[in-house]
Amino acid sequence: MSAAPQLATLRNGVARARREIPDLDWPQFRSAILDGVAGGAYVTAMFGHMPNVDDVVEIYVVLADREGGQLHGAKTRVCGDVFPSLTPECPQVHLFEREIAEQFGLRPEGHPWLKPVRFVKSQRAGHDAWGRSTSEQPLIGVMNFYRVEGEEVHEVAVGPIHAGVIEPGHFRFQCHGEHVFHLEISLGYQHRGVERALVGGPDKRTIHYMETLAGDTTIGHATAYCQVVEALAGCKPPARAQVLRGVALELERLANHTGDLGALAGDVGFLPTSSYCGRLRGDFLNMTARLCGSRFGRGLVRPGGVAFDADGTRTEELLKSLQTAMSDVTSAVGLLWDSSSVMSRFEDTGKVSLEVCEELGLVGPAARACGAEGDIRNDFPLGIYRFSHIPVSTANTGDVFARAYVRWLEIQRSADFVREQLQMLAGGTTLTTPGELAADSFVVSLVEGWRGKICHVAMTDERRRITRYKVIDPSFHNWMGLAMALRNQQISDFPLCNKSFNLSYCGHDL
Amino acid sequence: MLDILLARWQQGHRTISFPKGQPAVPDRFRGVPVVDQSKCPVGCRDCVVACPTDAITIDARGLRLDLGRCLFCTDCVEACPEQAIRYTQDFRLAARKREDLVLNGESLKLAEALDKKMRRLFGRSLKLRQVSAGGCNGCEADVNVLSTVVFDLGRFGIQMVASPRHADGLLITGPVTENMRLALKKAYDAVPAPKVVIAVGACAIAGGPYINHPEQHNGADSVVPVDLYIPGCPPHPLTILDGLLRLLGRLEVGRPRA
Repeated sequence: MSAAPQLATLRNGVARARREIPDLDWPQFRSAILDGVAGGAYVTAMFGHMPNVDDVVEIYVVLADREGGQLHGAKTRVCGDVFPSLTPECPQVHLFEREIAEQFGLRPEGHPWLKPVRFVKSQRAGHDAWGRSTSEQPLIGVMNFYRVEGEEVHEVAVGPIHAGVIEPGHFRFQCHGEHVFHLEISLGYQHRGVERALVGGPDKRTIHYMETLAGDTTIGHATAYCQVVEALAGCKPPARAQVLRGVALELERLANHTGDLGALAGDVGFLPTSSYCGRLRGDFLNMTARLCGSRFGRGLVRPGGVAFDADGTRTEELLKSLQTAMSDVTSAVGLLWDSSSVMSRFEDTGKVSLEVCEELGLVGPAARACGAEGDIRNDFPLGIYRFSHIPVSTANTGDVFARAYVRWLEIQRSADFVREQLQMLAGGTTLTTPGELAADSFVVSLVEGWRGKICHVAMTDERRRITRYKVIDPSFHNWMGLAMALRNQQISDFPLCNKSFNLSYCGHDL
Repeated sequence: MLDILLARWQQGHRTISFPKGQPAVPDRFRGVPVVDQSKCPVGCRDCVVACPTDAITIDARGLRLDLGRCLFCTDCVEACPEQAIRYTQDFRLAARKREDLVLNGESLKLAEALDKKMRRLFGRSLKLRQVSAGGCNGCEADVNVLSTVVFDLGRFGIQMVASPRHADGLLITGPVTENMRLALKKAYDAVPAPKVVIAVGACAIAGGPYINHPEQHNGADSVVPVDLYIPGCPPHPLTILDGLLRLLGRLEVGRPRA
């Protein structure tokens, strides 16, 4: 056993010099991750980086320790084409390792579920983890799917195009009659090459990539990016801007959570709540549009602050709209919990245990519905959340009901927060100009988006340009959670379970 | 049961009167942009340089703005030293031809209706299959919202259906990623002819922020013929609805039918 390795201590939204990230040998790197996770930390990021076009790939890891509110970072170097997989001992890294395998043609030996993530070419010419040709684009969906065999066992394949107005992805159910043994989710259809395009930036397109990484999380991802730039430029956005960012982030949560509760009602055929919440979701989006002209908050969050201010009458109007909307949401959502037909479909459907949740490192409302207490606003607060506290909402049954109920708790708390913030909006300016980015730096930025933890990690080179930008949407952690929720369920419960997670395809596919 | 009735009472009637009445849009809403070229200083290219998607070009014939590429962001407005560019609140943006979206000082030529034969087929009943081919869920969300009580798409006989075989056409979002290209083509082939194709959003028209990325194909008309282009990032639900109604001849060119 090697001695306990020294990791770099990082803070959310604070840049460090890249040379301060320790370069560990493999046994140290391995035990740093395993010991950290055994001690309660989560793997927040793990990604490859190829500094030069040669054979050496660096693997970076960022662990998040909720207890101390600290992040820990380290890296190691992998020579050759293989590294020993940590997934059997630490399932949290399963998808991170698959991503490294796909992007850099490095094979994690012993990985129990080694399949492509987005069906993209390896960045290391001539090296592919599956031995495919690296001169051609791999064909999407061509891989070994998990298969259950036996009498009367059958397979149901759905997608990439689904029945609703929804993004594409491929789902395969292994069934016996209605009973689902396993659901395999294969994505990558939405891959637009965002991370590749971010290298060499920031440039005039960067903020627009951020706003469309996952379009329903415009504020969440734009805020994470702005925190990166502000950390690297040593710039502090004005207090008023911090508040307006928080207001916009909570409005985004209000809109999406309300929409999700309506959609869940729709999936069990309960039309009153479905119809009311569909409209109310729009009312929250319109509040964001009142602030910045765009229902999704496009153009609002910018490095250095926010680009639109809320003057006195605007604030008054927003407060009034919030009160009306919340009164209607309260009445619409209350119907769910009082209707036995709804509750009998919500309860005990799509259960995920706290144990599985922690092993897979699930995030956001899906994790809090299992009883996990992680919430970036509480554990790693930045901006307004350092001064104004939002209580963490949890449930403990891990089923569709719990995921719905956590959303309802969060709706109420977000509404309280928005009300409070708008009532005592600090004066002053809303935008400063960040200067040049620091050279050779490393920064981690975390935001609690409505789906959960958004993590951006950026590294600059000696020319002060971005040399690696890693985006981890909460969906990246949670897709496997949906697969686990479907085990031993009825296939007809899939829409309900799927909506109770409501994950992003493009946020995963990038 | 009583609670459900009480809630129904509280929620009230929410369907907007559009197209009969003109709906209000937020004061900061960014609709059709206008450029006052008389203000442009000689040789100034600040807006061209600032535009993230190269939607603005300047040559001997003057400044041209491609609404198909436009993200309706504020980068050009902020870059302009003379405040020559401003957004109006006009949400009507849909056009039948790609080139109609390129403005050179003149006003936007709004979409004309389908021909008589197609209008007879689809004018009062249009079933669409939505395909997201790299869309960020912004356009998808604002297409979805048309089916809520606020816009109530069903009252116009327009409906999103589950299968391309049940559809009269496709409504496409996203820049058409390489990984969705084949699926989109297959969905198009599965729609029985005659069919219409509607491209919604900057991505589906020209690639949006992802324009010229090798991972995508700069929009729907790289794969299938497009009958209606609806600009925006994402377009407001009213912009989409206005475009659909114009295509079906349910609105007069320029203004809604009284």
